[in-house]
Amino acid sequence: MVLQWPKYVFLILTVLFVTYSIHIYSLPEGISKNYHPALAAEGRLVWQKYNCQSCHQLFGLGGYLGPDLSNVYSAKGKGPVYINAFTRSGSGQMPAFNPDPNEMNALLEFLKSVDDCGVASPAHFKVKPDGMISNPG
Amino acid sequence: MEKSNAGKWFYLLALVMLLAALVFGVLAALSYSSQGLWKESLGFIKLRPLHVSSALFWILTGANGIVFFALQAMGLKLFSPVLARVQWLLWVVAMAGIFYSYFSGDFGGREYWEYPPVWSVFIFMAWVLLAINFFMSTGSFHQRPVYFWMWSTGIIFFLLIFLENYLWIFPSFREHFLQDTTIQWKVNGSLVGCWNQMIYGTAMFLMEKISGDKTTARSPLAFSMYFLGLFNLMFNWSHHIYTLPTAEYVRYIGYIVSMTEWIILLRIIYTWKAAVSTAKKHLHYYPYRFLLAADAWVFLNLFLALLMSVPAINLYTHGTHFTVAHAMGTTIGINSMLLLAAGFEFSGLKVPGQNKTIRAAFIMVQVSLLLFWIVLIAAGVYKANWQMNHPEISHTQMMQSLRPVFVVFTLAGLVLMFSLGSIAFYLFKKMTGPGQHLSTFPA
Repeated sequence: MVLQWPKYVFLILTVLFVTYSIHIYSLPEGISKNYHPALAAEGRLVWQKYNCQSCHQLFGLGGYLGPDLSNVYSAKGKGPVYINAFTRSGSGQMPAFNPDPNEMNALLEFLKSVDDCGVASPAHFKVKPDGMISNPG
Repeated sequence: MEKSNAGKWFYLLALVMLLAALVFGVLAALSYSSQGLWKESLGFIKLRPLHVSSALFWILTGANGIVFFALQAMGLKLFSPVLARVQWLLWVVAMAGIFYSYFSGDFGGREYWEYPPVWSVFIFMAWVLLAINFFMSTGSFHQRPVYFWMWSTGIIFFLLIFLENYLWIFPSFREHFLQDTTIQWKVNGSLVGCWNQMIYGTAMFLMEKISGDKTTARSPLAFSMYFLGLFNLMFNWSHHIYTLPTAEYVRYIGYIVSMTEWIILLRIIYTWKAAVSTAKKHLHYYPYRFLLAADAWVFLNLFLALLMSVPAINLYTHGTHFTVAHAMGTTIGINSMLLLAAGFEFSGLKVPGQNKTIRAAFIMVQVSLLLFWIVLIAAGVYKANWQMNHPEISHTQMMQSLRPVFVVFTLAGLVLMFSLGSIAFYLFKKMTGPGQHLSTFPA
């Protein structure tokens, strides 16, 4: 017996997948006037160049050695000066890095854009009756 | 004509990557659990990508190899040995370039693909050649069993999603963190689904070969389960980003689609007894044991994954070692067990069940991996409690408290390295031994 329906199901799922993907690319997610988008885009490359993701997380995504840096830009007692100093001096398990001023500027703008997305600490989320969670904003 | 040995060449390359992944994994664990060991030279910043890329390449080139093995076992002639040869060389160049980049501290890519993107061009080209060789060798899909669909899905969707993986090269995709990160995790989630399709497809082929039952892989149920897997490959990825403030319906889609995997879990429970009784009847000693081990790990990891896919539970597990436990459990417990099952079966090695070294190594792998997995979950529970209830404790203090757990984790990793490594080394030695037709490459 030869099944005919699999090719149709495959086709339908593929069309849905492509449509959903294009929709995701065009979502106006996280667009804000609080940071400079082009500079933040450069900053993400700096984040990747120094492989910060190997140890640090942003919104819980990334490595497990250092702390989550999602809101380090606006955290009390931290911010740009703290980030700059820590990056250049290193710590117990973190090596010292030496980004040039342009790179540091871009990295700070990137972290500002991350911080602009909202609070990342899971302790601030609310659980809905259906099991979904809502962001603190 | 001499039989094709393309599968063997790819599988040998994969075994080298497995051995590398084990060594780098233990070094990374040592670096992780110590106070800045080798931080100014090798350090965790280099060891983590070295370990992750080696493990990824073990799975990718291994999947490639076992599909070639399976085609040969089915009596299908490889369309072009020359393409297979170029493809193998492209992989070797990519691996050499990537490892050189890591050792010299030249990063630039994203998590799991941290090397400069230029090396991905070689991987992409190698995959295009795989697609050409596969589709030209298999011909029409008319009347083909479900594992052909699974291999094809894995090969084609990997190509498409691997391209999507580099949309960030265009600055406009990087300008807004939320949009960029949503796409990044859409890609990561779907890529895992791609290689799973290739490996699970081969597992299905192996089950058919061992049991002699030709109907299962052609049944409506088999196709339904395949489509459930494909549905999840395409749409369940947003369970990775519940805490990211993306559009709520994007998260709901991931939540609802992920829950359909309960059907797979229930089916595993339902067919478990039958699988074990079938195992007793046949003589493929090691392939069957590795398949059964994979079955047990599928059960454990799917259960964990399903819990983690409920947003209210994910809130606790996200960003903790629960995620690492799941990643290690699936790549070692499921993917590696299935790749090794295929390696023992397709290499044609007559390994007696009484081989004490392999038997002992097999048991040690399962025990050490279980310990490894439990320890990571314990670390996950501790970190979850910290991030939800103890903002007054610093991250450094929390990590210090976890040190004894990480010591056990490193020791379990050490046992895993020796046991899994000895199985890989045994396979490598046997596959390169006398009469293995490796003089012509790949013929």
